[in-house]
Amino acid sequence: MEGLERIVKEHPFFAGLEEGFLNLVCGCAKNVRFEAGQYLFHEGEPADQFYLIRHGRIALELTAPGRGAIIFQTLTEGEIVGVSWVIPPYRWTYDARALDLLRAIAIDAACLRQKCEADHDLGYEMMKRFLPILVQRLQATRLQILDVYGAPA
Amino acid sequence: MAPPPEPPVHGRTPPDPMVPCVARVRRRRRDAPQVWTLDLEVDGGDGTKNFPFAPGQFNMLTVFGVGEVPISLSGDPAKPGCLVHTVRAVGAVSDALARLGPGDPVGLRGPFGAGWPMTEAAGRDVVIVAGGLGLAPLRPALYQLFAGRARYGKIVLLYGARSPDDILFRREIESWRRRLDIEIEVTVDHASSVWHGHVGVVTTLISRADFDPLHAIALVCGPEVMMRFAITALRHSGLDDQSIYLSMERNMKCAIGFCGHCQFGPVFVCRDGPVFRHDRVQSLLALKEI
Repeated sequence: MEGLERIVKEHPFFAGLEEGFLNLVCGCAKNVRFEAGQYLFHEGEPADQFYLIRHGRIALELTAPGRGAIIFQTLTEGEIVGVSWVIPPYRWTYDARALDLLRAIAIDAACLRQKCEADHDLGYEMMKRFLPILVQRLQATRLQILDVYGAPA
Repeated sequence: MAPPPEPPVHGRTPPDPMVPCVARVRRRRRDAPQVWTLDLEVDGGDGTKNFPFAPGQFNMLTVFGVGEVPISLSGDPAKPGCLVHTVRAVGAVSDALARLGPGDPVGLRGPFGAGWPMTEAAGRDVVIVAGGLGLAPLRPALYQLFAGRARYGKIVLLYGARSPDDILFRREIESWRRRLDIEIEVTVDHASSVWHGHVGVVTTLISRADFDPLHAIALVCGPEVMMRFAITALRHSGLDDQSIYLSMERNMKCAIGFCGHCQFGPVFVCRDGPVFRHDRVQSLLALKEI
């Protein structure tokens, strides 16, 4: 467990996390590995885990009829995959595929949600860490929607 | 009767900067959908075809009978005999420019404007953030950085395009990637599953890039909205406003700060820019109308 704690502690998402919270999070964590091309999850499936990327890259995709899979974002080492576990009905809204060999820490979402309900300080700590990522991704999405390169630069 | 004025015969701006000289298209190539790069050669006559320019400057190009537009120089300043311009065919003049072929004449005035701060960049890390066609005005700066590589710290190129098909200078970027003295990250806004590079807006690359914000200078060019987001990300990474430069685009007509078409608050983009230090235009960037 000590190895896992060190990995979680060193991941940028959990940087500076208080020791007690770290123990609670690690109680829900496990090491995972995906081969290149393997899917972490598909749209519509239960969002029962989220991932801290340690090594490798992930493509987030949406499939449109007649157009195949469209990658709208890639994520890499030091980033997290998945926010749907925070928000009911806890289902993925896109597909996630490993672009190359992926090593990650999977956090059991139901386990962490229960601990957040029981300890609101932990829940608040999680929200403080997830919200900036949500806002950052929202801003990036706004820029994508504007399609700024469609007009002259 | 007074004799007719001598036609300009060399590439440097003649005494009257409003009078174009005649250049000819040497080569035309397609760089992306609707984007063409023209190699121009100024008509000789004075024994030289040289046309010195600084990275970030622009020329006014005329398609005779159609009109005139400002186009940034996108070639190597160390090769002043070949004037390279990269054009997106989006209007009557740029569309006509993009249709020109070898030997066709082009009216040319320039070079105009303040370029990238290459002297200020010496001794510092250089972070280049380009979006879409914004890579074209930055390419001369990259050539100059490569030519004087030992004078600069780390060089980081972060480039964002709409899709993989829209990536400018793709083969050249691949050749730059083989250098060990530059970090290059290319991202696209969306892609199909065959693309193996980054997907996401270019600003998301800034926090991952390896540079020392206290000793770095940033050169930013792209659509204005993208530049605003890039500036926010650069400041978040620790760069101050005096270390961020951006190239503005406005409706430039005379190119000498006379007509006022490109007035941007107290400055003229054609004469005082197009490259500005961020703190000098910061208050104007978010205004809807200016």
